[in-house]
Amino acid sequence: MNRIVVVGASAGGLATAEALRRAGFAGVITLVGDEPELPYDRPPLSKQLLSGEWEPGDLELRSATDLDALKLELRLGVRATSLDTSRRRVLLADDTEVSYDAVVVATGVRARRLPGTDGVAGVHTLRTLPDALALKERLRPGRRLVIVGAGFVGAEVAASVRALGADVTVLESGPVALGAAVGEAAGRYLTGLHDEHGVRVRTGAAVTAIAQAAGRVTGVELADGTVIPADEVLVAVGSAPNTEWLAGSGLTVHNGLVCDQYCAAAPGVYGVGDVARWENPLFGTTMRVEHRTNAAEQGLAVARTLLDPAARRPFAPVPYFWSDQYGIRFQSYGHLRDHDEALVLDAAGHRLLVAYRKDDRLVGVLAAGGTPKTLRAWRALIAAATPWTAAITSTAA
Amino acid sequence: MKVSVAAEKCVAAGQCVLLAPAVFDQREEDGVVVLLDETPAPELGDAVRESAMVCPAAAIHLAES
Repeated sequence: MNRIVVVGASAGGLATAEALRRAGFAGVITLVGDEPELPYDRPPLSKQLLSGEWEPGDLELRSATDLDALKLELRLGVRATSLDTSRRRVLLADDTEVSYDAVVVATGVRARRLPGTDGVAGVHTLRTLPDALALKERLRPGRRLVIVGAGFVGAEVAASVRALGADVTVLESGPVALGAAVGEAAGRYLTGLHDEHGVRVRTGAAVTAIAQAAGRVTGVELADGTVIPADEVLVAVGSAPNTEWLAGSGLTVHNGLVCDQYCAAAPGVYGVGDVARWENPLFGTTMRVEHRTNAAEQGLAVARTLLDPAARRPFAPVPYFWSDQYGIRFQSYGHLRDHDEALVLDAAGHRLLVAYRKDDRLVGVLAAGGTPKTLRAWRALIAAATPWTAAITSTAA
Repeated sequence: MKVSVAAEKCVAAGQCVLLAPAVFDQREEDGVVVLLDETPAPELGDAVRESAMVCPAAAIHLAES
């Protein structure tokens, strides 16, 4: 193993490269990324960057000095266009190619757009640093921002820009925010937070079109005929994995790059981060996790497997995510999606504690407004695949 | 090895505490990292390096000696 190519230079790709070096890999590591910036962190984009608390420089994942020390062959600002698994080469948009002994696919996801909105001024998505800066530049007190989608990105942006004095409306197609993901009670809690802070939430709002005049957005049209006037619109309706460049590679793509429990997609090909759909044996299901913590953990796991395949172990993490909205921190462990039951254990004041059951076991927990340390006990129960009744009983005690 | 933490960046995930409880802890009230040992013993090196690599806020910095 002399040449490892990591495609994707965000949290997952960088973690893989760093872990390879720290574990003593002395061969060539090429880190390819389509963005020109040095690797930066995305979670603060919708929080500290937008609120003005941090400058772009505060987002760097590693200092230039620390990056230099990793001795990476950096190919930033150039997109990978295809993968030739038989010749073991990655083709890049500048018509060069890079050969590999192993390749790590860490190309992440991109924000979904609404059809017919490309090129309409004032319609934003939020995934990259330029996205966040473009949105920030347009927001000032009194400006009307309409956010399509009340998921975590939409909610965090609403909270950040509300603090700047913008006039914010959030449109959600479901009956509550994030109902399918976190359950109705948690969704109501999230929706309620917006209300408390003067952000209007319209649930059951089906967006049919973006109203525009002279190439600039003027509002958002709903199925019931209402037009919500807007100076700026943020489309926050989820994301799509960046797998198009893998077409023709022979790899299986199905809502992400399909990998086994070792994160391998084929011999010498591994998936890391938001783009990877792998089989997590702890939950007995495939999952694709779009959370920051998983990207780093998966990068580390893949680096280890690459350097010592005989000692490889299934990647079986308890996924973790956090979200900051209106000064309240949400934290979650586990796999909440596809739960059979969401049991509210605490909903006093601004506290929230919800446990999630799938079949007869505890699979996740979501908390807000509490003491983060106490959640570690829940994490241990999830990691141990604790039966539901036992988990609920032990934590109530 | 010398460890430093950027408490203002910490997101209270607690991953470092799970990996290296002798070196990191969390404040009771908000879960923000508390550095217990800024020059950990060599045998803790791997766990501390892993903590720095997986920290979701890139809030742990190591200076290798």
